[in-house]
Amino acid sequence: MLSLLLLLPLLIVMILNLPLGRFRSLGFWVALVLSLVQAYTVLFAPAALSGNHDVLGRLFSLGLATDNLSRVLLLSISIVTFASLLVGRQTIREEKQRINFANLVLIAMTGMNGTVLLTDLFSLYVFLEVSAVASFILIAMKRDLNALEGAFKYIVLSAVATILMLSSLAVLLLISGSTSFAAVGSAIKAEGRSPLVVFAVAMFLCGLFIKGGLVPFHGWLPGAYSAAPPAVSILLAGIITKVSGIYALIRLATSVLGPSNSINALLMIVGTISILVGALAALGQTDLKRMLAYSSISQVGYIILGLGCGTDLGIAGAIFHLFNHSIFKSLLFVNSAAIEEQLGTTDMSQMGGLGSRMPVTNVTSLIAFLSTAGLPPLSGFWSKLMIVVALWQSSHGGYAVLAVLASVLTLAYLLTMQRRVFFGILTDRWANVQEAGFGITLPATVLALITVGVGVAFPLMFNSFLLPVASFLK
Amino acid sequence: MITTTHWVLLGALVAGAVWTVLTARLLRSAVGLAITSAILAILMFQLASPLAAVFELSVCAGLISAIFVSTISMTHRVTAEDLAIRLKERLHWFWLLPLILLAAGAALISVHFVLDIRPPAPPAENDVRIVLWKIRHLDLLGQIAILLAGAFGVVALFKEWKDE
Repeated sequence: MLSLLLLLPLLIVMILNLPLGRFRSLGFWVALVLSLVQAYTVLFAPAALSGNHDVLGRLFSLGLATDNLSRVLLLSISIVTFASLLVGRQTIREEKQRINFANLVLIAMTGMNGTVLLTDLFSLYVFLEVSAVASFILIAMKRDLNALEGAFKYIVLSAVATILMLSSLAVLLLISGSTSFAAVGSAIKAEGRSPLVVFAVAMFLCGLFIKGGLVPFHGWLPGAYSAAPPAVSILLAGIITKVSGIYALIRLATSVLGPSNSINALLMIVGTISILVGALAALGQTDLKRMLAYSSISQVGYIILGLGCGTDLGIAGAIFHLFNHSIFKSLLFVNSAAIEEQLGTTDMSQMGGLGSRMPVTNVTSLIAFLSTAGLPPLSGFWSKLMIVVALWQSSHGGYAVLAVLASVLTLAYLLTMQRRVFFGILTDRWANVQEAGFGITLPATVLALITVGVGVAFPLMFNSFLLPVASFLK
Repeated sequence: MITTTHWVLLGALVAGAVWTVLTARLLRSAVGLAITSAILAILMFQLASPLAAVFELSVCAGLISAIFVSTISMTHRVTAEDLAIRLKERLHWFWLLPLILLAAGAALISVHFVLDIRPPAPPAENDVRIVLWKIRHLDLLGQIAILLAGAFGVVALFKEWKDE
């Protein structure tokens, strides 16, 4: 089954594009079914993911592996892909572009599934590039100046990340003779604080900081998120950046580098700066998608801060916030897709009073923003609470206070957004605006239900699932 | 042991890369990339890394250049005036690039930057076929996915654009 998660999307792309009549137009539905099957497998048939003993796995011996962390990510990938596909179906008008979109999403899915399942640093790099190349094209698909500029910035900074990671891999290969997580981890432990090892690890970390859009390497992110087509923004903000930068960072820190005070300190500094810079920049935005993009930088900062804390609770909180953020940020971008689709703009200064005309978008947006700001009992509250408690318990009270204060900033900019867009008096210009179609309201409702459901079910999950998530470290 | 040949190849590599970036014509840029890649492959052969050289040749000089050329063939011509303006803009942005590369090279030589590491010799039976099909086939799968994404990029961004 594991190898199928990797091979199936790729095989489907190949088969659908054979010159066999109208098969290509089935791409969207096949991708949708595939995302649902992946979610079902993770939730209800996890035993199928516990080994690599199927026929394809034996035939290709792909060397894939899963643990609790990769299962969480596989679930996020399937949910966000599902939402993005439905929104794409609604918002991409041209049939040819819709087919290209579905094919590229399947390729991105191969890249993301591969990234979370493999156990080799070089293969990790290769599959990061699969997602990245698909992302460049998806961002540029609108083909207007902003989209091309956003894609270009992403390509340039991604190329810098590539150079850094490849150079680091070359050094690590020289030191360890292999690029498997285990071999590189052992070699790093054996070499200790050799300048060469420090240099290689620093380069790899910088590469992942760029991929994850962390401050000060975030230059590409606001442009790419805001210029991409709505369905692509959901995919990018919801999961691609999370897998490419943040998951890879968590995996590197835990499975390869192991506990390290200096790396933990670096992660906490980068995380805190990202939280503050992202939140402050979000406050000053008038474009809805740019504001959400800066909000993403801030929320990813929380994940890195929890990871840098280094304790089981901190890492479990980081992984929980990674999942929660992928859901509620996707929801906010689905809502921005609804607004962009119905109004033709994302400029918040032109909006107001839309709550009465778009009730589903209004309510789901409210749920997402309250969860982002960390208000109980929604999912975002619990993950932030876990991170703050972990920081306090590990004697990092200063970081804990900053994290709580930044939540107030989050509440401020998201409340401003909600007021500008949905509250107040409806202007004549938008008097005839209607709620977005089912292709947008369905994923919005599903994502909102997950946000509420995960929050309410938190006490049931804490000991049975969330804390053991960090158990892969032991 | 670094020989004069290596230095000459390194110089040609840098010159090829700079030309690829500076030239204002896309087709020349693609050809420049192919030449740079070929020089890099020769350098890798010279430095006793035939596997890396084969990968470099197969991926960059072959497939990526083929995609580049097919993409460029779908674009339209620009006037000589436009080209002159673009070249001037690029020179404005990149004139420091060769100097930075030379300075970095000189700095590395002056501090006698030597990696005191002997990479473990690969097992004798690990020829290209075994490495490709038995050891790194997961990477090969990733490479296929990247090529597919590239092909969709050409279709989505250029072919259908031209059709419109």
